[in-house]
Parts: sequence; structure tokens; C-alpha cells
Amino acid sequence: MNAKPRVWVFVEQEEGQAHPVSWELLGKAGELARDLEGVLEAVVLGHGVEEVAREAIAYGAERVYLIDDPVLAYYRNQPYAHGVVQLCRKYHPEILLLGATTLGRDLAGSIATSLETGLTADVTGLEIDPESKNLIMTRPAFGGNIMASILCPDHRPQMSTVRPRTFPLPPRDPSRQGEIVREELGLSEDEVRVKRVDFIPKDKTVNLEYAEVIVSGGRGLGGPEGFDLLRELARLLGGEVGASRAVVDAGWISYEHQVGQTGKTVRPKVYLACGISGAIQHRVGMQNSDVIIAINTDPEAPIFRIADLGIVGDLYQVIPALIEAVKREKGHE
Amino acid sequence: MNILVSIKQVPDTTNIRINPETGTLIREGVPSIVNPYDVHALALAGALKRRYGGRITVITMGPPQADAALREAVEYGADRVVLLSDRKFAGADTLATSYTLAETIKYLAREAPFDLYLFGKQAIDGDTAQVGPGVATRLGVPLITYAVRVECFPEEKKIRVHRKTERGLEVLEASFPVLITCDREVAEPPFAPLSALIQAQTIQPEVFTAEGPVPFERDRLGLKGSPTRVHRVFTPELKSPGERLLVSEVGVEEAVRRILEILRRKGVLTA
Ligand SMILES: Cc1cc2nc3c(=O)[nH]c(=O)nc-3n(C[C@H](O)[C@H](O)[C@H](O)COP(=O)(O)OP(=O)(O)OC[C@H]3O[C@@H](n4cnc5c(N)ncnc54)[C@H](O)[C@@H]3O)c2cc1C
Ligand SMILES: Nc1ncnc2c1ncn2[C@@H]1O[C@H](COP(=O)(O)O)[C@@H](O)[C@H]1O
Repeated sequence: MNAKPRVWVFVEQEEGQAHPVSWELLGKAGELARDLEGVLEAVVLGHGVEEVAREAIAYGAERVYLIDDPVLAYYRNQPYAHGVVQLCRKYHPEILLLGATTLGRDLAGSIATSLETGLTADVTGLEIDPESKNLIMTRPAFGGNIMASILCPDHRPQMSTVRPRTFPLPPRDPSRQGEIVREELGLSEDEVRVKRVDFIPKDKTVNLEYAEVIVSGGRGLGGPEGFDLLRELARLLGGEVGASRAVVDAGWISYEHQVGQTGKTVRPKVYLACGISGAIQHRVGMQNSDVIIAINTDPEAPIFRIADLGIVGDLYQVIPALIEAVKREKGHE
Repeated sequence: MNILVSIKQVPDTTNIRINPETGTLIREGVPSIVNPYDVHALALAGALKRRYGGRITVITMGPPQADAALREAVEYGADRVVLLSDRKFAGADTLATSYTLAETIKYLAREAPFDLYLFGKQAIDGDTAQVGPGVATRLGVPLITYAVRVECFPEEKKIRVHRKTERGLEVLEASFPVLITCDREVAEPPFAPLSALIQAQTIQPEVFTAEGPVPFERDRLGLKGSPTRVHRVFTPELKSPGERLLVSEVGVEEAVRRILEILRRKGVLTA
């Protein structure tokens, strides 16, 4: 048996397309493996997904456990949970991380229950306690007003789900070498009790989490029409439109645009907050942005505490002038 | 149809207080509501019962005052309501919670097996979305999360569920029994009809404790049965603020120039 503790990342894929959160987790898990003097390994389930396993190596996995089976052609809780639980029982990972996506959350709860271990949802920080070597999992608690660090001292694996964009994407190195270990699922289609009868893809999804520029609006817009202005600016900059919960609740824009604790976690190169006060629940979703620019009439607005550039003023003066300036710049006039 | 709904009472507002020593929520004195997603699960149960007939059992685990949540459940058409309340249940994480709920469900199912188990997609106090999947796993029944539409075919003992994923809408089918976690769209809560309101006065919650009638393994309840521990609570640190410009002092032009500078530097202004 390998004495080195195994740090595992479940690599989420659909139709052979890996979710980038898996690579972000491999980056972070690599640091944890180093601190534990352990090995970084990935788990890939699906059908015809060897390419995904190779990608996991390019993103840092030393070894990939691959279950490739027609029963896994699309995600279903039962066969996926069965496969991962079986691998955990065989290899006893020390840590298992999954993305806090629809798929990852559905799966993680089942795996943790089968293994009778702890699971911490939506963590924003992961580190190894230098003394006990336990995983310290930090997450916002009680409406984001405080942070709590959680331990799972006596059960293994230590499990958590992490939202996309919480950790940076590590570098990809296609020349990296690693081992692919093939495993059997040991479950036939007859034993799976849920069948997919249809799938209706969304026509346009708002790709907020992976946008490079986000122009975000809050109650300071004064009404839903204000978003027309922000949409124009976002379009010019090749970005997406974000929003605070207050305006989503008011029905000015759809939930898909919401940034924050109960919305998306984002990490753009530039986050432009217009008429957003910057409540803690909003900040936890956008504080990892490279550069934060805030426009707000209230010099005391908490958003200014984290803004790299804080502009105290009326967004209806600044944004139209900015749109004109961007147009000029892009037209090289 | 025989339906079980699991609901949680959650603190309502933003004015949430924490016990600094234990890092747990102080529930006393904070107004409580039924977790919003669970309300939609109740509404779905009510709609299915009106359409197909049957019986609704509602359970909740919480402090004694959580019986208010059960009284509300009766207004939605619940026929039997059970409160799991005992100090030994306190401090449960999602693993201990799913154990307690699943054992209770197994006990209740001895009378008549359930066709459908309805949960909320998540509870707004912790946002974990782990309890539904945990209970389904313990009961060994198929799990369908994030449901937005549920169609039942009771004669065939079959269900069709639309669930929302990041990429679109997935339509799944399964045979009874199934555990479903509900999003808001599954059903709208109706105004409670008078008859249900009157019934709500008469149906009393049954209280189950760690002593009985469900045969629990004590070590798997509450804090004791919870593998996760709150290690430390702290207020998040803020990153240091940058520069501040007042438009009233520097003018709009200057503000715009400074924003452009950043956009250019970050490479998001390519023509
Ligand atoms: C459990 C929980 C979860 C939550 N989750 C989220 C979440 O995920 N995301 C989220 O955003 N919120 C969330 N909230 C809500 C959050 O607490 C705030 O209520 C919300 O973010 C406020 O939105 P806002 O900034 O748009 O509105 P307000 O706080 O009303 O701020 C509007 C701002 O606009 C400024 N303004 C007004 N006019 C102008 C003008 N002409 N030009 C420039 N500025 C102007 C004002 O000075 C003010 O600062 C959550 C709350 C709770 C309790
Ligand atoms: N203490 C509880 N009692 C009854 N049901 C619960 C309890 N906690 C969670 N649930 C159910 O599990 C769902 C998800 O909760 P959570 O996993 O805590 O986000 C809720 O919407 C409820 O349906």
C-alpha cells in the first residue's frame, strides 16, 4: 500500500467537456498535496473520456483513476456515486474535492453519506493545519457575516465542495507525464433506476463566472432601464452584466446575473460596480476580481473599502461618458 | 399517493446572531419561517394530493418552537406532522441530520410505504443542499435534485421530473419511490382554504425524541454523530482599499480617463 496520503479531485465532465472548476481544484489540491507530502490524483468518470483524463494530468494530477463505461454517458447520481464510492473504498483518499456545481453538489452529498464522512459546502479557503495535518476548510456562514473554519478530524476522506472561480486556474502543461489507472464500474444499466428521456439545452447562458469583464449594477440604477446602459458598456468591452441581489429580487434582471453569496462567485480582470453599496454578501462573490472599480454617490458605501479605484459620483454622469470614450478608443479616433 | 415532506424552520432575517464561543447560531429571539424552498415542496405535495388523493406526512427536526412550521404545513394539507425535538439532536451537521431524518422516515414507512419524498433544494441558513442527497442515499431510493416540474403517473407508479442544470433542462423518469429536492418553480403555494385552516387548529404535532419511538443509535445523533467540527469563527478581512476620486472635485473627464487607464492596462480594451 502507498503510504503517501492521496489528495483527490473529482473531475466533472459532461459530453467530454470538463468543467474548468476541476482544474482550479487541481491547482489548489496540488498545494495541499505538497503540504501533506502526498500525491495529487484525479478521478474521472464518463464514457469515452480518456482525453479528459489526459487533461487532468496536464493540470497536475500524478495519477488518474478512470472509469469509462456506457452507463456513465450522462450524469446520474446513482452510477456516479457508486463509482466514486467504490474508488474511495479501494484507495482511501485523505481528501476529496468537488466543484460546487449542480452536478458536484448532487454527487458530493451522496458520496459523503455512503462513506459516513463529513462534507463542507462552498468553501472559500483550504489549507493544511501544520500540526495535526488536518484540512482546514473555511466558508462563509450565517449570511456571510462571519467566516467559519471547519475540520473533519476523525473521518476520511475530508470532503468539500468549492465554487467555480474560488481558486485560480493553474498552468496547463501538456508535456507532463502521469499514470492512468482504469477501473470497472460494476453496475449495469438495468440496475440504474433513473432514465433521461430528454435534454433541452439553454439557448444563451450568461457566462458570468468566466467573464473577463463584468459591469455590475445595483439599486443605484434606479430602475430596470438602467441596465440598458450597462449592457451597452459590457458589450463594448466584451463582458457580461452582473447584478446585486436587491435588483434581482426587484425583478430588474434575471437571477443568472446575480453576484454574491447566493449568486455567482466571479473573478474577472475588471469588475465595475455601479450603484452597488457593497454588502458583505455581495463582496464575497466578487472580492477576488483582479481590479475592482466602484461608482457610487455615497462616499461611505462599503464597496469603497475593497475598490482599487473608487469613484464618488453619479453613475448616470460617469457611465455615458465612459461609453463614449470607449467607443472613441475602439474606433481609434 | 403517500407523500413525505421534510421541512426545516430557518431564521428569517439578516439580523442573525452567533454564539462566539461555540460558533453556532443563536436561534432564540430570531423570527423564524419555513425554509422558502420547503414551502414550494409543501405546495407540490398539496397539489398532488388534491389531484390524485392520498396522504401527506410532514417531518421537521428542530427546537420545540419548530412546531410552528408544522402548523403551517397542515394549512397546506398535511395529514400527519411529526416534530423531532431533543437536545440529543442538537448540533447535528448534515450527516447526523440525514441519519436522524432517514431513520424516522423508515419508522414512519412501516405503516405504509411512501411513494414520494419531497425536500427543498437547500436550506437558506446553511445553503448546503446536502441533506436531501444524504437521505436518499440512506434510504436507497433514486435522487432527483433541483426539480422545477414534477408530473406523476400514479397508476404506473412512475414520475417524470424536469430539473434545472447549468446547461439546460433535463427530463428524467423513474419509478416510485423517488426523493426529489424542489426549486421554487415546482408549485406555487395557494392561499390556504378555510377548511385546511380549521384543520390546522385540530391536528397536533407528534413529538419524537431520541428516546423513541424511533430506535436510534445514540452515537449517530446530534453533535456526537457529526464528523465536522467548527474550528474557529472570524470576521472576514477586507483587502486594503485603493484610491478614491470625487467626481465633484476632479470632474467626469478625469474619472473616465482613470477608468480607461485600467481597462487598457488589463488588456480589455482591444479594438
Ligand atoms: C443570506 C443573504 C444572502 C445574500 N446574498 C446576496 C448575494 O448573493 N448578492 C448580493 O448582491 N446581495 C446579497 N444579499 C443582499 C445584500 O445584503 C444587500 O442587501 C444587497 O447586495 C444590496 O444591493 P444594492 O447594493 O444593489 O442596494 P443598496 O444597498 O440599496 O445600494 C444601492 C447603492 O447605490 C448607490 N447609488 C444610488 N444612486 C446612485 C447613482 N445615481 N450613482 C451611483 N450610485 C448610486 C447608493 O449610494 C447605494 O450605495 C444577501 C443577503 C442575505 C441576508
Ligand atoms: N432539520 C431538518 N429537518 C427537516 N428537514 C430538513 C432539516 N434540515 C434540512 N432539511 C431538508 O433538507 C433540505 C436541504 O437542506 P440543507 O442540506 O441543509 O441545505 C431542506 O430544504 C429540507 O427539506
